[in-house]
Parts: sequence; C-alpha cells; structure tokens
Amino acid sequence: MSILGNRVLRKEDPKFLTVGGSYVDDLKLEGAAHVTYVRSTMAHARILSIDVDEARSAPGVLAVLTAADIDLAPIAPNGMMNSAMVQQWLASDITRFVGEAVAIVITEERYQGTDAAELVFVDYEPLPVLIDQEAAVGSEVQLFPEAGTNVSMKIDFGEDPDFFAGCDVVVRQRIVNQRVAPCPLEVRAAACRWSDDGRVTQWASTQGAHSVKGDIAKYLGIEPEDIRVIAGPDVGGGFGAKIGVYTEELLLPWLSKRVGRPLKWVETRSESMVNLGHGRGQVQHAEIGGTRDGRVLAYRLDVVQDGGAYPKMGSILPFMTRTMLGGVYDIPKMEFHSRSVVTNTTPTVAYRGAGRPEATAAIERAMDLYAAEIGMDPVEVRRKNLIAKDAFPFTTPVGTTYDIGDYDRALDLVLEAAGYTDLRAEQQRRRESGDRRLLGIGLSVYVEITAGPGSPREFGAVEVKPDGKVIVRTGSSSHGQGHATAFSMLVADRLGVELDDVEVIHGDTDIVPRGQGTMGSRSLQAGGTAIVRAADQVVNMAKSVAADLLEASAEDIVFDPADRQFHVAGTPAVAKTWDEVATVAHQGEGLAAEIDYKGAGATFPFGAHLVVVEVDRDTGKVEVKRIVAVDDAGRILNPLLADGQVHGGLAQGVAQALLEEVLYDEDGNPVTSNLADYAFISAAELPSFERTQMETPTPLNDLGAKGIGESGTIGSTPAVHNAVIDAVAHLGVRHIDMPCTAEKVWRAIGDATT
Amino acid sequence: MIPASFDYKRAESVDEAIALLGEHGDEAKLLAGGHSLLPLMKLRLATPSFLIDVGRLKDLSYIRDAGDHIAIGALTRHRDVEISDLLAAEVPLLARAASTVGDPQVRHRGTLGGTLAHADPASDLPAVILALGGTLVAQGPGGSREIAATDFFQGFLETALAEDEMITEVRVPKFGGKGWSFQKFTRRSQDWAIVGVAAVVANGSTGIALVNMASTPVRASGVESALAGGASATDAAAQAADGLEPGADLNASTEYRQHLARVLVRRALEEAGV
Repeated sequence: MSILGNRVLRKEDPKFLTVGGSYVDDLKLEGAAHVTYVRSTMAHARILSIDVDEARSAPGVLAVLTAADIDLAPIAPNGMMNSAMVQQWLASDITRFVGEAVAIVITEERYQGTDAAELVFVDYEPLPVLIDQEAAVGSEVQLFPEAGTNVSMKIDFGEDPDFFAGCDVVVRQRIVNQRVAPCPLEVRAAACRWSDDGRVTQWASTQGAHSVKGDIAKYLGIEPEDIRVIAGPDVGGGFGAKIGVYTEELLLPWLSKRVGRPLKWVETRSESMVNLGHGRGQVQHAEIGGTRDGRVLAYRLDVVQDGGAYPKMGSILPFMTRTMLGGVYDIPKMEFHSRSVVTNTTPTVAYRGAGRPEATAAIERAMDLYAAEIGMDPVEVRRKNLIAKDAFPFTTPVGTTYDIGDYDRALDLVLEAAGYTDLRAEQQRRRESGDRRLLGIGLSVYVEITAGPGSPREFGAVEVKPDGKVIVRTGSSSHGQGHATAFSMLVADRLGVELDDVEVIHGDTDIVPRGQGTMGSRSLQAGGTAIVRAADQVVNMAKSVAADLLEASAEDIVFDPADRQFHVAGTPAVAKTWDEVATVAHQGEGLAAEIDYKGAGATFPFGAHLVVVEVDRDTGKVEVKRIVAVDDAGRILNPLLADGQVHGGLAQGVAQALLEEVLYDEDGNPVTSNLADYAFISAAELPSFERTQMETPTPLNDLGAKGIGESGTIGSTPAVHNAVIDAVAHLGVRHIDMPCTAEKVWRAIGDATT
Repeated sequence: MIPASFDYKRAESVDEAIALLGEHGDEAKLLAGGHSLLPLMKLRLATPSFLIDVGRLKDLSYIRDAGDHIAIGALTRHRDVEISDLLAAEVPLLARAASTVGDPQVRHRGTLGGTLAHADPASDLPAVILALGGTLVAQGPGGSREIAATDFFQGFLETALAEDEMITEVRVPKFGGKGWSFQKFTRRSQDWAIVGVAAVVANGSTGIALVNMASTPVRASGVESALAGGASATDAAAQAADGLEPGADLNASTEYRQHLARVLVRRALEEAGV
C-alpha cells in the first residue's frame, strides 16, 4: 500500500519540539559585529542634517554610515511601477515613512548598537503627511514630486457605459480590506561572512534563497559564483512578507567588506512591525447587478491599493485581485479598475493569499448584499450563479482559466456538515425570543490560484547513495510547511525506502543550483512534481542496470517498491534486489537525476466555509462559535500537513475579519507597533475547526495536487465577516467594515436602530 | 529590545531595599515580578538608572487569615492569589480577578504589591482592592503605616507612596463570598481590560470599582449611592459612567467605554444578586 495520502507525522517535529529550531539569530559567527539601523521618527520629512559624531565615539562602535557613504545604485521599482518612485539604500534627502532606515551603526555587541543609535541626531523639516490611500489618488501632497502623481500602477479592464443594462437591481458598497501585519514568529534577520577565497556566505530568513543570491549579485555587483546564500538554518515563518529581499539584509555583504568583519543583523519585534512589509490594504468599491430572481449579470470592482511609501509587491497585487475577480460565479460581464498609490506608511507586500483574499472578500460581500437586496437566502443566490461542474476548464470574462472544480458539491458538503437548516431555525428562534446573544451565519464559496500566475517551475534532484540513503535536493524551501516530510513521502513511495532514509536538502544555493522558493502555495505541485520525476528517472536508471543483470530489455523490467525487487515482466521468481542493482549502478554512473520541472499552468483550489458567530447585542462583541470548512486542493499527499496549513490559514482569516488592523495616527505614526497594541489572534479566540474532506485532482500535474497554504485564509475571512453582518442584519445593518470590533458592531447596531 | 544601561542590586531584606531607595531617590525602581517595568524599559519608555530587586524577599510572599481580614504579602504572585483556598472562601472576588490577569507566565511572575505600586488604571487588581475597601501597608525608613486603598491611587501611575517607601502587605476584609462579580471586557482573552468592573456586597452595602475608566482605578460612587438610596440595579447601573471621561485609545472611544461601564456594572450587579 502506498504511503501517499496517509496522516504521516512530521519528520521535522522531534527537533522543533525538543531542542528547537536553529535560526539566523542562533548562529555563532566568530568575530561577528552587529548592524543596527537608525530609523526615521517622521512619516514625511526633509532630512536637513544627520549628526553622527557622538554615535561614532560611543562604546564599541566600528562605523556609522549615512546615505552619503553608500555608492551603490539604488534599487529600481518593479517594471510595472512608476519608475520615478525609487527607494534609496538609506533615506538621503527625504524620509517617507516612520521606520525608514536613515543611518547604520555597526558595533562589537548588539546592545551597543541600540545605545549608539540613540546618539544619531537627525534634523528633520516636516512635510505634509499623506496616510489616506483614497485621498492619495488625486492629492496635491506627493511623495515623489518628480513622478507627478502618487499612482504607481493602474489597471483598467473594461469600460462599458451600459454595464448594468438589463439588471433589475444594482447594489453598491464601499468595502475596506484593511492593512494587516504578517507577524511571523521569527523576525527578519541576516548574517554575512566573507571567506579567504573571496566568496561570501549570506544567511537569510527568507522564503527563497536563490532570489536573495540573485539580488546580491545584481545590486552589489558580486559574481553569482562567489555568493552562497543559506535560508536559515531554519526559517520561522514568512507568510509572503519574506519573499522579496529587503535593503537592510541586501546591504550586509557590502557592509561586511567595508568593515572587514562578519556581520549579523536581527531586527526587534517593534522594528518588524513597521519595517517588515504589511499585507492587504485595499479600499474597494463593489457594484453588482442582476435580476430579481437571483441571477447576477454584471460585477464591477474599483480598487485603491495602498502601496505604502515605496511600491513593492503589494502595489502589484491588484493584478491578482483582477485575476480572481468573479470568484466561483458565472458572471457574464465583469469590469475591474485599480489604482495603486504611495502613502507615508510601511510598504505593502504579499501576505497569505496576496490579492486573492481581497477578490474573494469583495465578491462574497457583494453576493450577500445582493441577496439581502432581493430578499433571497445567501445560499440560494450562490447556487443560482455557481460555475457548473461540467463547465471546466472554464475561462472567466477576465481571461482566467480555472482547471477543474465542483463548487456545488463543496457548498452541499459545508451546508450538510454545518446543519444549515437547523442553524437558520435557531437564529430565528433567538430573534423572536429577544435573546441578547444574536446568532449569525456566514458563508463564503471561493476559488483561488496556486502556483501561479503563469507556469510553475522548480528544480528537483534525487540521488541514491551507495549506503542506500537517498538525498533529495529541492529549489523550494521550508519556513514551517513540512517539506521534509512531504518530499520524503514522495520518494519513499517511488523508491520503496523508509522515510528516515530520505534526507531533504533545501535553501542552500551551493548545494541546490536553482530554485524558486516557497510562495503562492506552490511547493508540492511544483517542487513535489520535480522530485517525483527525478525519482522516476532514478528508477529507470536502476531498471536499465537490472536489465543487464537479468539479461533482458529495460522496458521489460518491473520494479515493485513494496519488496524493492526488479524482475522481468511475467517471471517474478527471478529477481534482483534493489541493493544488488544499486551496487552495480554505483560502479558505473550511479543513481542520480536532476529535473527542471515546468508545469502546464496554475491550479485553482476551491471550497466553501460556513461560520457561526454570536454577537452580544449589548456590547457588539463577536464570538466565533463554529468554523466549518471544505477545502478542495486536489489530491492530498498528507492530511496532517494539510490540516496544519488550513488551521493556520483559518486563524489568520478570522483575525483579519475580527481583530487585526495596522493603524496610523494623522501624523503618520504607527500606533500598532507591538503585539500588545496589534491584535494578533490567539487560540483562545478560536473554536475547534471542523473540516470536511473533498478531493478533486487536477489534471495539470502528476500528483493531482493543488496548493493548500492560503485557502484557509481566503475562504474564512469573508465567511466570518458575512456571519457578523448576518447576526445583526434583522436590525437593519447592511455592512460593517473589517475588523468587526465590538465597538464597530455596537455602533452599527446603534446607527441602524435609532 | 534592549533597555538602557542601569545598575542592579538584589535586596536581601526590606530594610536594605528601603535604604537603597533612600540612597538612589527617584533614579531607582523596585523590581518585583518585572512584568510591567521590564517591557517599559525594553521599549526605553522607562530608563531607571538603578534597579532594586525585591523579587527574592520570600518573607513577603504569604496569604494569612488575620481575623477580620486576610493579610497578603506584597510579593505574593498572582498565581498564588488565584489558587488560594483561603481567598476562595473569604475573598473570592480577588482570587477570580487574579485568574484573569494576563497569561500564565504573567501570573507566575507578577506580584500583588507590584501591580498596586505600578497603579496602572487598566490593571485589574488595583480596582479589585479598591472595591473591597482594602488597606495597604507601606514601610519606609521611619517604620510602617497603613494607607486605605481609597487614598492610595492619586493619578496616572501615581500613588501615595513616598520615594523611599515600599508596599509590604495588602489587607482585604473578609466578605465570605456572598455577593460579588468581576466583569472584564477585552479584545482578546489575555488583553488588558478595555473596561472592567469589580463588585462586592458586604455588610449590606455594595462596593463597586472600575478598571480603565479614569486615570486611576475609581469607585463607581454614583452607582453605590444610588443603590444605597434604594435604586434598582438597572437604574443604578445607568449611572456607572457619570462624571467619568475615560480616554479614547485604539480599543475604545470615550463614549463606548462609558457604555461598557453601564452594561458591565448592570451585569455585575445582576451576578452579585443586587
């Protein structure tokens, strides 16, 4: 029996649960000095002068640098962005958000850096501060006057003056998809050491070592073969925010050479809250039109994306929102417009879902608003508009082709598991009896895109050593997902070895020649497929050796992973063991294969979430009572790993709906810059999750697998959001923006009932 | 998250701690559980140049029956208050409130004397001691004195303690647990209270104190006198925010805090059987 599909315990856990992981901050680098960044205390200001004299003479200080000391060309924005919106390595003339690096202090000990940084005195001339992203679109206050606009990127898809022709009703709503902080448990960190042979090693807390290597080569002018990047040793979470390379870490090899010392940089949690990129940050205007009997005919979304002070990945994400615009619904006409803008805030980046949760939140709120407008149950409205099972592959009006799905079945399963009819009856009973604990039922049906956009690629290699151990190298890398377990299972299945005989190596550019990293829920379908194909190639190599030994033709050789023997088809009694074959193979070419996999295209996981909340009628406080989730990510390799991914995603999704929000005061000071003020969710705020299995294999890869890293977040946020509003809808509440805090819900009830 | 530099000395006795306080004046801070002081120091919002560690004064960790009241040593950890059988029987309001402070790590480190001396209006236990009509024993170079909780909290993070005094004991009257309630409204389970209410019925009168409704923990005197005048619990609770203008912050506006005070006081009175 194959190991695939089984609830295999994580190989990684004995280490993490006993001695713990080893992170960049744990590295013992002999002779390493410490880098501390001096950060802007002003959101928007002209820098008149920086006085570093006192800092230079502070104890332990090796160097203090400002922008004037750095002779590297700055990093140009992504090609899709306004090219004038350039971020310097250190703020030179103007600082554009609180937390922007303005100087560097290098010290013998880390604490000396914290002390010396306080002795760097920056003279600022305040400039008008721009925080409101909607105002930024046409504001006279401009972050980059030379750009002539605050808009870094725009998308316009469709322009039809008769867009809603034929619609009986059109519902419009402004929806805030607020800015949130990714909060990985491990903050950003990097270390760097030059060796005598002229090579540099960089340790980085990153989701992709190879992109770090590429950027070091590109921006610091170091030959790629002279650079080794190691992700970790272990990486403690990223959630998308550690995809790109930050200037603070990218600069280390240059700084290290300058001071002639290995260097370490580890940010504090307070720094991380304002310098690690933020997620989401869209203000949306949704318009949905349809017939009185529940058929949606047209849907338009207009987005203002907050990109923060410098356009990074977050500014590009409206493209992903556009890609997933209509979600699971067969809507004949769709239109999308977006403006990504710069504001005096922390730059936004990818965050778990990255553009797709924003699309799902908008369409799922719009469906509920439309249902309320025509007086139809939200389930019925969805049913009337779901893309039919037999319509796949299905291309939406925005040009996205969904591979395969069965959305009706996902909806059926979640309603059945939740007991939808009984829940509605209980809700009605409470309303009629005047119960102060109002019951809310929220639904979302979602589809998302994984290993996209475009074609997934990944490097994978499998090598059988003479001692029988198997070394797997992958260009994907783990920051908590369970790659070692997943990839060992794939190889164990193909080669018939024990899980413990497989070693998975990732995140070291000297050992793994190429790689994309881990992002966009792509590792199993891209990295896993590469490994499976490499393993199959190894088996074929062994078959050809076995063929010689058995004096047969290679295509007639059968390998049975269960008993690890080769025989000629039809004569199983005469067999050669794997070890016999391997011994001969290792006298020759060995047993090793490398694959550069390129997939056919992105895959589209889908599902349905139903959330039950109780709202305290007197205080507005929301309590989540049940989360019922159906998440179909194609064929599941390991249900335990899938549970882990979905559970974490659900928690983060609930957090956005109810608790988390990055906020600034009117002067641009962040007011949620620690985990006491920023309402990071904890287990105590969550019920036990109820998951129902559903597997619809994709035809697009060998494993039938889609990604499952982000679906929990994508599906749960709108389900919770809809549930809160459903709880108070009978009082006349139509919409509440996220996060649905107690005070906001209380005010909405008050506004609706007075 | 590294504090500014400071000197440190572990006091071996109360007398030594007081002598050190006298020596270093307002540059010094007492360190007990450290769960309020150290985060402030790590953020460099507090930069004392001298820490006097009283955390090992085991003599000040006790919960004793003292006849008409319970005497609690200032260094008693929240966890010990939470699980005390004596308090469960005689002052259950205090034990319950202690069980809601922070998380288990905080409760195993934080001390009753420390939270009272820090006097954060958002802390739970100062309001509880106030509602109970407790008394604090302060020791200074000239000996000990008693300070009624009603006189102790004087302003935001300000108390009646002199620079060279420390709390050594907290005395709370026994009320036998006949009618009481502790209501705490938070965003997340382990957060500070947005608003909290401690209520206790003893000797025919009701003591009510509010968390986070002013710059200090405060008695809800309007409610107390309304009840004394025969008002119903519902009518009395409507006065919970009278005269109070709590600040607005990330978690709540002034208006919402006032509303919560009224709702929570009503619930507290209902639970206490008033």
